[in-house]
Amino acid sequence: MTTRNDLVYLIALPLFSSAFLLLLGKVANKWGHLFATLVSASTFGIGLYEFVAMRSRAGDARAATQKIFEWISVGTFKVDASLLLDQLSICFVLLITGVGTLIHIYSIAYMSHDKDRRRFFAYLNLFIAAMLLLVLGDSYLNLYVGWEGVGLASYLLIGFWNERPAYATAAKKAFVANRVGDIGLSLAIMIAFTQFGSVTFAGVKAGAPHASPAALTAIGAMILLAAAGKSAQFPLQSWLGDAMAGPTPVSALIHAATMVTAGVYLITRSNFIFDASSTARLLVVIVGAITLLFGAIVGTAKDDIKKALAASTMSQIGYMILATGLGPIGYAFAIMHLLTHGFFKASMFLGAGSVMHGMNDEVNMRRYGGLGKVMPITAITFGLGYLAIIGVPPFAGFYSKDKIIETAFNAGGTRGLVLGGAALLGAAITAFYMTRVVVLTFSGKKRWDDQAHPHESPSLMWIPMVLLSVGSVASGYLLSKGSALVHWLAPVVNPTSAEGGKELMRPIVVSELALGVVILGVFTAIVKYGKNVPVEAPHGSVLTRFARRDLGQDDFNHRVLVLPGQAITKGLVAMDFSFIDGVVRAVGWVLSYFSQSLKKVQNGYVRSYALLMTAGAIALLATIWLVTL
Amino acid sequence: MDISNYIYLSAILFTIGAIGVVVRRNAIVVFMCVELMLNAANLAFVTFSRINGNIDGQIASFFTMVVAACEVVVGLAIIVTMYRSCRSASVDDASLLKR
Repeated sequence: MTTRNDLVYLIALPLFSSAFLLLLGKVANKWGHLFATLVSASTFGIGLYEFVAMRSRAGDARAATQKIFEWISVGTFKVDASLLLDQLSICFVLLITGVGTLIHIYSIAYMSHDKDRRRFFAYLNLFIAAMLLLVLGDSYLNLYVGWEGVGLASYLLIGFWNERPAYATAAKKAFVANRVGDIGLSLAIMIAFTQFGSVTFAGVKAGAPHASPAALTAIGAMILLAAAGKSAQFPLQSWLGDAMAGPTPVSALIHAATMVTAGVYLITRSNFIFDASSTARLLVVIVGAITLLFGAIVGTAKDDIKKALAASTMSQIGYMILATGLGPIGYAFAIMHLLTHGFFKASMFLGAGSVMHGMNDEVNMRRYGGLGKVMPITAITFGLGYLAIIGVPPFAGFYSKDKIIETAFNAGGTRGLVLGGAALLGAAITAFYMTRVVVLTFSGKKRWDDQAHPHESPSLMWIPMVLLSVGSVASGYLLSKGSALVHWLAPVVNPTSAEGGKELMRPIVVSELALGVVILGVFTAIVKYGKNVPVEAPHGSVLTRFARRDLGQDDFNHRVLVLPGQAITKGLVAMDFSFIDGVVRAVGWVLSYFSQSLKKVQNGYVRSYALLMTAGAIALLATIWLVTL
Repeated sequence: MDISNYIYLSAILFTIGAIGVVVRRNAIVVFMCVELMLNAANLAFVTFSRINGNIDGQIASFFTMVVAACEVVVGLAIIVTMYRSCRSASVDDASLLKR
């Protein structure tokens, strides 16, 4: 363990920049976006420097810590605000600052017509700071601060155009759904503290082997709830689709590449909890498998390009969650898929933003068609991301997703077959819906009307897209070459301890199977959407309409949570009105009734007052006389 | 002579004063009745002082006299003002706040 004193700048720089730009106001309108981008880029620079420095250290010295200040000291409860940069954190730091900087650059052009561009960049920097704190905190409590910070930044950015009520509602929905998960995280922290007397990762890790299975399962389940809220996993997935109300760079950065993967980070970081509780692991794989299919099915029915990509994000994170539940070897594959997904999904979201930029913010894919000719760079970068996500070799998704499918099959027994089957089915549906997106958008005949004048986006926008698509081509190969990432992460997730278990199928067979279903999915989509796409969505079968309604997630929430909640609220209001207010009103009424009678005494005649006073004095004396008698 | 007769006299004077305050309308007379009540109390003080053989009661009676003197000053001023505004010295006419 190395002690360093420059880690804090990773967080302090963007945080300062955010506050600076927000406080400075209109003065900074001219250069605020450049300043924020510069700060983000320098954060990336620090991240790279730290990465190189970490690589030059060996073994246990690789992980670095920095104590910033003593945060809480109450009795035996002590928490330091200190940072931990280890092999896992640095992956995230590079992803967040790298993709973040590219998206900053992209946003300069994308938001150039927005009068609030400076505020947008201030929020982006706030997000970078919070997300870095999330991955750098050395205890659950420090992580929690970052966890809430990214929730805040996400809320502010989803509702960035809050003059539209639907967008403001979407922001609120995301915030509320995230709060449910946050309760899980705070409960996990509290249970951890009562069990281990510590909330640092090291302290919990040291105590985990001696804790009772029930406590570990409870902590694991609460962490899973937190992850489900932040990463839009079943059953808290409903907010992600609406979160697409935010500007597209936000969807790319926060709701595809980084923030929504915080749940995967949390579970991976808590690997010692999940390694010790097979029940918690089972819950994790169930949630992951359900979500990966759920998102994929929703993705097949969406006509809104951003919502289709959001459903895809949900599904891909389902893969990562599934991988984290598969035991020690799964963590590295989850992180690998997370990193490659960060590249190709950000690339595709930026591509979608580029398309919208050229099409007057039209998001309905049925009104696109034939855009490949007019936007060649967007089409190529999007296409590379597309090849990566469906898992065509040698693109990034092939390496990361196949590993997850393979590990799922190897989970053993019926469980392995079910999970592997679900992952394989998910891969087929992914190929189908992503092909649908690409075909509807870039090929076929033009279906836009004369008002739209699609054109290629400016270079500030396509350069980040090109760089990200390079990442989505090469990252998978680079990360899996010689199991580079698995070895790199080994000190954190300890994959050797529970290695073993026989392979159900040889890796090459799994790859061939996956490739087979992918080709099937692609072929089906081309046949179905290759030509004659109606501009108005057809009525569709019952299943299609169900998928369009997000498989009833909002209806379910409305019936099961909102309506009973409203009924309880109405009941409480009625009880407040009838009972509590009733008592208060009764007191008032009784007093008023008596005072009506007493009022008659106040007749304004001095002599009657005098008589009353005399009578009172006599009564008093009589009482005293009687009492003392 | 039985000293308790002074107490009886004091009680009678006080009762006359109290009845006068309650039944008479003329403010001057009411005022005089109040004075009568105060003096009845003074008489009781002095008598008790005599009975107890110390001068505490007598001192208290001086206090009462001082208060009574002040009360006369303020009370007469009020009655004069009342008479000027209402052209009447009847206490029953002084019920403006009620109306």
